[in-house]
Amino acid sequence: MPEVALVQAINLALAHAMAADDRVLVLGEDVAVNGGVFRATDGLLQRFGPRRVIDTPLAELLIAGMSVGLAAEGFRPVAEIQFTGFIYPTLDQIVNHASRLRNRTRGRLTCPMVLRSPCGGGVHAPEHHSESPEAMFAHVPGLRVVIPSSPSAAYGLLLAAIRDPDPVIFLEPTRLYRSLKEEISDDGTALPLDACFTLRDGRDLTFVTWGAMTRDVLAAAEALAADGVAATVIDVATLKPLDMQTILASVEKTGRCVIVHEAPLTAGFGAEIAARLAEHGLTSLLAPVQRVAGYDTVMPLPRLETHYIPGQSRILAAARRTLEFA
Amino acid sequence: MATVASFEIAYRQFLDPEGRVTGTLPEFARDPAALLPLYRAMVWTRTFDAKAVSLQRTGRLGTYPPCLGQEAVGVGVASAMRPEDVLFPSYRDQAAQLWRGVTAVEILLYWGGDGRGSAFTGAAPRDFPICVPVSSQTLHAVGAALAMKLRDERRVAVCCLGDGATSKGDFYESINLAGAMQLPAVFIIANNQWAISVPRSAQSGAQTLAQKAIAAGLPGEQVDGNDIVAVTDAARRAIDTARAGGGGAVIEALTYRLGDHTTVDDARRYREDTEVSRQWELEPIVRVRKYLTVAGAWSKADEERLLAESTAEVNAAVEEYLATKPEPPAAMFDHLYEKLPAELGAQRQEASGEAGGHA
Repeated sequence: MPEVALVQAINLALAHAMAADDRVLVLGEDVAVNGGVFRATDGLLQRFGPRRVIDTPLAELLIAGMSVGLAAEGFRPVAEIQFTGFIYPTLDQIVNHASRLRNRTRGRLTCPMVLRSPCGGGVHAPEHHSESPEAMFAHVPGLRVVIPSSPSAAYGLLLAAIRDPDPVIFLEPTRLYRSLKEEISDDGTALPLDACFTLRDGRDLTFVTWGAMTRDVLAAAEALAADGVAATVIDVATLKPLDMQTILASVEKTGRCVIVHEAPLTAGFGAEIAARLAEHGLTSLLAPVQRVAGYDTVMPLPRLETHYIPGQSRILAAARRTLEFA
Repeated sequence: MATVASFEIAYRQFLDPEGRVTGTLPEFARDPAALLPLYRAMVWTRTFDAKAVSLQRTGRLGTYPPCLGQEAVGVGVASAMRPEDVLFPSYRDQAAQLWRGVTAVEILLYWGGDGRGSAFTGAAPRDFPICVPVSSQTLHAVGAALAMKLRDERRVAVCCLGDGATSKGDFYESINLAGAMQLPAVFIIANNQWAISVPRSAQSGAQTLAQKAIAAGLPGEQVDGNDIVAVTDAARRAIDTARAGGGGAVIEALTYRLGDHTTVDDARRYREDTEVSRQWELEPIVRVRKYLTVAGAWSKADEERLLAESTAEVNAAVEEYLATKPEPPAAMFDHLYEKLPAELGAQRQEASGEAGGHA
């Protein structure tokens, strides 16, 4: 099995889904001839032709809205938004239509579409290319929100997203596109869209994270292990629906929880997890839940982005704060 | 200097407000009897519309957007469609929806606050529900039109919108795609002169709204939207061309919103009564009745029978609407996803156990 990077895993999943189901279409800006600015759709035009790999005009609202129409008419559009900062024009269509079409029509019309977009910083990209908008989408009833943290997760989760009968927001951590390689069996096996992944098991502390931060949290867990602290690392992967059972079960064992995400702190998705821990896991907790997140600032331009994205020192400091409680 | 592009916008009218023929009637309208179903549908729609307003005034319907005065646009457009085409309506397209097979009960349920009103259990199973966010349906229409084109189907996506909707990016992005990809998408602008309180003149500096089509690479034309013959003729030509693979079009139908924007609006705040009474002289139904009467195709007895039948049918729909019990609270959850995620089970149970809810 060849080792592939996350962006290649996306490409493999798209190709597998398109080969298996001729309702699957890829559309977006520069996705066809150019193969996507990150090359996620590279080679798909040559393999599947211009009726299934479609360069759209430069209009993000259109990309989302036409996907609703395509999906209602029986296609399975996988639309790409080129950079995170360009996803906001799609909100009207995603919030008012994609997420509601099934409910509004009592199941008569449905919207099995996937909206893919890179997310997060750390690659020295220009302004408006590095945001983490997952909490906005996780707030919308009727959607699924997925963020893979590795090539194999990206492959299996994207296949599941494409096969899902409802709209899925699929955010791909730009920082992981090429920085991490894994062996992938390109056999079309999907991963569940309603389960967290426990990437490391330890009795002392539970880290809860997702996306690119998963890699930093795994490194932090490794550093803690050197000090004799055994940390569990849970990759949430599907923020919506949230598999709270896995998180609660882990915190029941460890009594300590640190939530790490790149998006701004306030009303970030970590707040939802912390609230549910307070509601359902309070008696398990030995220490206050800690959140380590991006600051409540505008995502800075590249010179300051490493100061914005939670680093090892902030993650380890939060972990140690929870460990100070006996 | 060289002229690199130029354009003209045609305007068509066949029946003037007095019911006189002002041009050579198109083929489909040469036999006056051919106009009878269109006339009946306009009268039926107006009967329904008046009833809906009175239901709201008496507390038995929620906020409702009357389509009074715009009946010819909806009936004309819908009559030019085939069942397998798809309608993407705005919230004032009751006339088109009723023609397509959406029932009066469903429209009443919707404005009465019941989500089942968009289920469309009868004809037109692929028609979209109305779009309350103005112009957002234009994007669905081009997506569906692309689906039809990719499958080589001889179907057409027909999108209805108002004059205000042409100011939005949704509309420009949609017609731009329709032009770029030569999609079978036809856009009908019911230019009723007012977007709530903002008049057409303040909405755009363009001389016509139809000419917005030109920038998108589509043909655009204007018709008297109160002339059922002109609307039907333009819609037929555009829809037939789109069906044959000739691409989409934009039709601007000049009409007038004789009622308020909705039942919670008071149009007297922003427009003169004299303007409205002038527009009553141009409304779409009387001219057809006059034409048909002169042509010997319609009598006073026919009119009385039609009004009696329409009223009885509308009243029956009202009875059915009023007798429809609300859905159980758990219905909020039942069509959110194909399969309800496990984490929502507790919320659904809470809603179910709390019949009556927060009253």
